Amino acid sequence: MKILVLIGNVPDTTTKIKFNADKTMFDATGVQWIINPWDELALTRAMELKETAGSGIETITVANVGHQETEATLRKALAIGADKAIRVDADAKDAFYVASQLALVSQGYDLIFAGVEASDYNGAAVGGMLAELLGIQSVSSVSGLQIDGGLVKITREIEGGSQALSVAAPVMAIVQKGIAKEPRIPAMRGIMMARSKPLEVVQPSETEIRMSFEAFDLPPAKAACKKFTEEQAKELIHALREEAKVL
Amino acid sequence: MSVLIYIDNQDGKIKKAGFEAASYGVALAKEAGVAAVAVSLGNVDESELAKLGNYGITKVLSCTDARFATLDNSAIAKALAVAANQSNANIVVLAHNNLGKAVAPRLAVKLNAGLVSNVTGLPISLQPFKVNKNVFTGKAIGHALIYTEKKVLTLSYNSFGVIEQAASAVIESFDPGLNASDFGLTVEQTQKVTGKILLSEAEIVVAGGRGMKGPENWTGIEQLAEELGAGTACSRPVSDEGWRPHGEHVGQTGKIIAPNLYFAFGISGAIQHLGGVSGSKVIVAVNKDPDAPIFEAADYGIVGDAMKVLPQFIEAVKELKA
Ligand SMILES: Cc1cc2nc3c(=O)[nH]c(=O)nc-3n(C[C@H](O)[C@H](O)[C@H](O)COP(=O)(O)OP(=O)(O)OC[C@H]3O[C@@H](n4cnc5c(N)ncnc54)[C@H](O)[C@@H]3O)c2cc1C
Ligand SMILES: Nc1ncnc2c1ncn2[C@@H]1O[C@H](COP(=O)(O)O)[C@@H](O)[C@H]1O
Repeated sequence: MKILVLIGNVPDTTTKIKFNADKTMFDATGVQWIINPWDELALTRAMELKETAGSGIETITVANVGHQETEATLRKALAIGADKAIRVDADAKDAFYVASQLALVSQGYDLIFAGVEASDYNGAAVGGMLAELLGIQSVSSVSGLQIDGGLVKITREIEGGSQALSVAAPVMAIVQKGIAKEPRIPAMRGIMMARSKPLEVVQPSETEIRMSFEAFDLPPAKAACKKFTEEQAKELIHALREEAKVL
Repeated sequence: MSVLIYIDNQDGKIKKAGFEAASYGVALAKEAGVAAVAVSLGNVDESELAKLGNYGITKVLSCTDARFATLDNSAIAKALAVAANQSNANIVVLAHNNLGKAVAPRLAVKLNAGLVSNVTGLPISLQPFKVNKNVFTGKAIGHALIYTEKKVLTLSYNSFGVIEQAASAVIESFDPGLNASDFGLTVEQTQKVTGKILLSEAEIVVAGGRGMKGPENWTGIEQLAEELGAGTACSRPVSDEGWRPHGEHVGQTGKIIAPNLYFAFGISGAIQHLGGVSGSKVIVAVNKDPDAPIFEAADYGIVGDAMKVLPQFIEAVKELKA
């Protein structure tokens, strides 16, 4: 079995979000870039599966659509343990564009992992679009995954509960919390080995842009918090009814 | 032309997210001067579907094929594409819940449509088509432009609300023409949390963090939640420690919720936590530390001990109800 893990390159989750002066673009100065948290968990799960005796997993490939600067993120994925990386050399313009580029390099895998959303633009789109372009099944909100005799056994979240199901490969698993416990941190040996692992750069194909962001706003500043003392706890509850009108 | 609204169901029942999508779709269709059509897939009674009339829906396409119960994303997207083409829809609206966000991207590809997920209101303009969406996990709002003729939108929960307006819904049976080979999932087991308020649908949520010290101190949180008819939630370390089930974890890497009222007891208010709750209309924080960042996000707060405040809150709510 061959696994592909899609890797989004996003600002560190503690980044203070700011935009350029005319508010048309995210201001990336001083930003630390990381593997999108879901993708990091997906890669961790892929590694665990590969290490399971008799799993039959031959290789784990990671892929990203991005410019040269995202290579550090792909190298980190290699250091965590992926065997090979592919970068489509293009701006990640919109989800359809990214999925179309990924479709060129995603043929022949039995299991593809994507994250439920990228933590920057929260598109929640690339995994599903790629599955549709490839004409394969997709299961979303995946919180657990095993491989059992060629079948992929999945646990997913549904409204108000969870569900266990099985599906034949090839399949796209769009993952969320639970797929792995803690993301793996690259070890020194992994970092050394990553340097010599293959990182293939692929040229993009011509694809239309379907959406873009014209501008961004920060949420309106909140009014100062109304403070009550411990002794006034009941008054706070009264304020929720009379003033905020939420009770 | 029309706006098509996908109304998903849970075991044959339509939930608030479905009625909210209907309300939104009806308002959007009105603005665009076109018809609003709802579509339901799976075994849902006519009496249940008729409820959509209370939210202004006049026409429902219903395919009662029980196979849709497996929530097969590919099959559902296929059926919705057929419905969209039949009703000449130029916009399709889905709820941004587990199912809606899974199906929307597939549908967008089928329809050659641009997709904007997690929209927070009606379009700012129709020509060009511009609509706001949440980005950076609630830390900013993006003004998204869609260039394609057809559009797919998923609606952020509790961002539009349900709007009641009496209409009478005509239910038409709909056959998307799928075959057995269109369904590829085998469901082996379904576990539903019963008897509890669903976190994703709760109007009020009571949450606890590491400041609660241990699982034994959750009785107060549960009691307050019960008095308020609220859902319960927690910060990530609390579910990591196993003090509370994982389903309760809210934040950037957990559930993203937007209730009308959110209580945070002993939660410091880390940026990753706030990402999941900042959409709440009103936030109440109780924390011992006056400098805890949660107070910057909160509307009401008490600098104090959660254990002392909880019993008083419970008392006060009981009194209000009496
Ligand atoms: C990639 C990434 C993703 C993350 N995702 C999430 C996420 O989705 N959700 C999430 O919650 N976290 C997330 N985190 C973790 C986050 O950074 C914080 O560590 C976490 O939110 C802190 O949880 P807490 O507020 O419960 O605990 P703490 O930060 O330990 O805060 C406890 C608070 O309780 C107060 N306190 C103590 N005793 C009392 C008392 N008796 N009464 C009242 N107050 C008291 C303290 O003053 C303190 O403010 C993420 C972190 C990373 C790196
Ligand atoms: N530029 C990209 N390159 C590779 N994979 C991506 C890229 N953008 C998004 N993805 C994948 O798609 C998932 C969902 O992203 P999005 O649809 O952008 O919210 C991410 O978790 C990644 O797995």
